[in-house]
Amino acid sequence: MTGYTYTVFILIIPLVMFLITGLLGMKWKPIVSGLMGTTGMGISWVLSLITAGSYFFGGHHAESFQTIIPFEMTWLRFSETLIIKMGILLDPISVMMLVVITTISFMVHLYSIGYMHGEKGFQRFFAFLSLFTFSMLGLVIATNIFQMYIFWELVGVSSFLLIGFYYQKPSAVAASKKAFIVTRFADLGFLIGILILSFVTGTFDFGKLTEPGTAIFGSAASMSFMGVSALTWAMTLIFIGGAGKSAMFPLHIWLPDAMEGPTPVSALIHAATMVVAGVFLVARMFPVIHFQAPAAQEIIGYVGGFTSLFAAVIAITQYDIKRVLAFSTLSQLGYMMLALGVSGYGGEEGLGYMASMFHLFTHAMFKALLFLGAGSIIHAVHSNYMYDMGGLRKYLPITHITFLIACLTIAGVPFLSGFFSKDEILVAALHHNKILFAVEFIVAGLTAFYMFRLYFSVFWGKDRHYHHTPHESPLIMTIPLMFLAVASIFAGYLPFHHLVTSDKIGFVTEMNYMVAVPSVLIGLLGIAVAWILYKKESDVPAKLAKQWGILYTATYNKFYFDEIYLFVTRKIIFNYISRPIAWFDRHIIDGFMVGIGTVTEKASYKIKGMQSGQLQHYAFAFIAGALSLALSMIYFLMK
Amino acid sequence: MIQGIPLEHFLIVSTIMFFIGICGFIIRRNLITMLMAIELILNSVNINFVVFNRYLYPDQLQGQFFSLFIVGIAAAEASVAIALIINIYRKMQNIEVENVNELKF
Repeated sequence: MTGYTYTVFILIIPLVMFLITGLLGMKWKPIVSGLMGTTGMGISWVLSLITAGSYFFGGHHAESFQTIIPFEMTWLRFSETLIIKMGILLDPISVMMLVVITTISFMVHLYSIGYMHGEKGFQRFFAFLSLFTFSMLGLVIATNIFQMYIFWELVGVSSFLLIGFYYQKPSAVAASKKAFIVTRFADLGFLIGILILSFVTGTFDFGKLTEPGTAIFGSAASMSFMGVSALTWAMTLIFIGGAGKSAMFPLHIWLPDAMEGPTPVSALIHAATMVVAGVFLVARMFPVIHFQAPAAQEIIGYVGGFTSLFAAVIAITQYDIKRVLAFSTLSQLGYMMLALGVSGYGGEEGLGYMASMFHLFTHAMFKALLFLGAGSIIHAVHSNYMYDMGGLRKYLPITHITFLIACLTIAGVPFLSGFFSKDEILVAALHHNKILFAVEFIVAGLTAFYMFRLYFSVFWGKDRHYHHTPHESPLIMTIPLMFLAVASIFAGYLPFHHLVTSDKIGFVTEMNYMVAVPSVLIGLLGIAVAWILYKKESDVPAKLAKQWGILYTATYNKFYFDEIYLFVTRKIIFNYISRPIAWFDRHIIDGFMVGIGTVTEKASYKIKGMQSGQLQHYAFAFIAGALSLALSMIYFLMK
Repeated sequence: MIQGIPLEHFLIVSTIMFFIGICGFIIRRNLITMLMAIELILNSVNINFVVFNRYLYPDQLQGQFFSLFIVGIAAAEASVAIALIINIYRKMQNIEVENVNELKF
């Protein structure tokens, strides 16, 4: 059981790097901070790989993977039952997440040295990257749900700091506030969920909560509120927290705006790691959700399915390449949630669970690649908009090839990683819910279409008027691209069904050709349509857009969800809730306090003349008082 | 010597002295006169001490000692008060108490 104590360092190194670069970074040359952060991250990465290697392939697991807790300490002890601990928990999903986070983070660190070169606040950027990595790692290895919540909020803060990195830009400030407020609002649900859950079960520990067939839910079944059991409430509320971080509909509005942050940040936080925290949370609580709150699981499935369709449709009409990728991320996150929503527990029943984790893994690789590629393009062209780009394949050969690989992967072309993971999600959906399967099937086609729309209009078509000839990014930026491209190709060959499963026991999967062949065909169809429409410049897309009229405009404006939220908050909540409260505060609470002050002041003005400075007045008052006291005493005592 | 004089007579004298002192303190404007009024008040109290001592506890002496203390302290107080009055005179060229009214709101 022991022997994993070194995993503590995976967590501590980024924290130390954050403190060093954050406190002392400004005293050194910028590059020193960059190199230190990257080196530290590299060490963490190697340690994570060693951990994963010995955990998965070390061979000390008899038939199922054991949960290992190499380190745990009591952090706060409020009472005998209410104890908050901090520790490290290793099980298949947390070890997998360690690998994902450190890999992407290391690549992004490396890439940022090139991308952020010469930017003001270079040191600050690396300090925040380290802080984020630390928080995210702390989140995935949490031994109890409260530790997870603490790191969950830390992740939110570092995301806020990084989105608002260009704090002189009003749009970046607005985006960071939006992201923070929306996720914080969702976290309220998470917190209430935690409280209900721990009230019902009397424990925070994942070990006790997720053990199948455990007795701690014995008393819970009888508790209910508004006709729904307490556990369903708890799980739904916890899912709301997860939906906020993972930008599920209708809390998705912050993610597209979060693209205001620097592109490496988008790759790390808003594509590969932080946004999958919600998926991870649901996966972590999966046994509880599946056995105790099947209604919540239904909700998760449908929310995931709807989000994936909704986001894919919007992605078709966007012109900002980072926003296309953001909506694509939403759509893929929807896939993962859906897979968890349709999953069963144990063996082949748990296919959805395993597929979700598998897709999380492969998606992290190819979506980080796409974002870093987009960063490379933006670096070359100095614009985010697709209509400022065209014919870039000649100028950016490495970016072109790696981007193409990523597009093929996400489109589900056979033998690349995305194909395997997406296929398994589709199979899982087909077994459990035909409607969700149909939705995902359509989304697969849409995904291929919008990715290749992006690809063709950026790399093919006519040259635009560039300020200077676009040039390929330096090697320090292309190495991560190449690494991630290789990872995107081969990640699909990892035997996930033996490693990461719902009950930690491996099972055998077979290719389901009934699903695989049509899904590949619809992917190829999507690519073909994109080829026809966008390979050569034509006015066909514009004409089509005009034909669709209102529908197109609505989609382009993201179905006016931002406007709806603005309306609800500004017009309804501000006017009918905030204003009365503010009025009450200003006039009643403040008025009372101010009133006390005013009365005292006015009264003092009236009576201050009594202090005349005349000694004899005082003496007279004193003696008169003493006499009247004496007389009244005599009067009352004699009576 | 004081045999035959009842206690009340002493008390009446001392009370009259006390109120003369108080009236003097409140009415007179001259600081020196006010100081003299205070001496009257103190001495009326002295009479009380001595008389009560003599009439109630003839074999003890605390009351008389107390009056001696009061005489001593009154001397000290008079010297301080006269020093203050001299300073006030130097500053204001008179010793009228109405003029000493700077310590107010």
